[in-house]
Amino acid sequence: MNPQLVMFEEELKQIQKIADRLQQDSRARSILLIDKNGALVAAAGAAHELDTTSLSSLVAGNVAATGGIAKLLQEDEFTGQFHEGKGMSINLSLVGRRIILVVLFDKNTTPGLVRLRVKRAQDELVPIFEELAKKALSPQSSPLPDITDQDIDNLFND
Amino acid sequence: MSFINYSSREINCKLVYYGPGLCGKTTNLQYIYNKTRPEAKGKMISLATETERTLFFDFLPLSLGEIRGFKTRFHLYTVPGQVFYDASRKLILKGVDGVCFVADSQEERYDANIESLENLRLNLNEQGYDLDKLPYVVQYNKRDLPNAMSVAELSKSLNGTQVPEFEGVATTGVGVFDTLKMLAKLVLAELRKGT
Repeated sequence: MNPQLVMFEEELKQIQKIADRLQQDSRARSILLIDKNGALVAAAGAAHELDTTSLSSLVAGNVAATGGIAKLLQEDEFTGQFHEGKGMSINLSLVGRRIILVVLFDKNTTPGLVRLRVKRAQDELVPIFEELAKKALSPQSSPLPDITDQDIDNLFND
Repeated sequence: MSFINYSSREINCKLVYYGPGLCGKTTNLQYIYNKTRPEAKGKMISLATETERTLFFDFLPLSLGEIRGFKTRFHLYTVPGQVFYDASRKLILKGVDGVCFVADSQEERYDANIESLENLRLNLNEQGYDLDKLPYVVQYNKRDLPNAMSVAELSKSLNGTQVPEFEGVATTGVGVFDTLKMLAKLVLAELRKGT
């Protein structure tokens, strides 16, 4: 069972910087960092053109299915996936055990360059997410300490 | 488990609708999708077969608004109910924050309900979860059908732990939002306890 994922300002800035640089260095269109449960963590490049919520859920489903196949074949995990389209291609790779790094790219770059730049970004991202995992385990105050039943009811009032 | 983003002040939670084949899990999500304001929902995705049976999952993202300055986002998933899709069901349960078991009230689906509930417990255990410790609700769907068993009978065999239970007719929306609301409430209450 994966522990809860948390994100803080400081780590998000570091992650954003790495994603922005990866997008520029690899000449990709967009970079997405997605939690294995399907939530978007960070994005760079032309991500605003995308339905990132749907993409995140489908990418997570895809990675989960591939992980299931790996398990059946007694492989620990398949750490990378590549889908080639006529216009757009996707490179998926794992960062640690919890995060999926997605690179969307077109003819402006090559799969080789993308893979090369991804490797460097992965190495930089792993320690940041390890730090976040540690922070998630350390006792901290709940984000919703004073929440009342009325607050929850209000969410459904319209 | 939920994803709490302190930077953008967002909380993401995953709710899973579980139950036997054709019990109405997808219909629950479709009703919620149809009745939710456009700005509060994302696209509903159904990975289904050509005959519209769920193959992998349905997905519906909902943004319910803010609580104490935190945007609350719920990601609703269904599992494929058919027995032979068990490997897929296990994958969908990963990272779950709350479960709704949708039972088919029809007498001839009694065994299928029992089997699916046992399968839910087993698959959760494999992922390191305990159904008795998770936010969990039960919906008895298809209450409008003439061959529906009584709620008392269903409750006795499907809800031994007496979690919140609801009568539903998902096609017309009866009980659908009550079920979702209670599950969301239990998940947020769990979050309130802190990590």
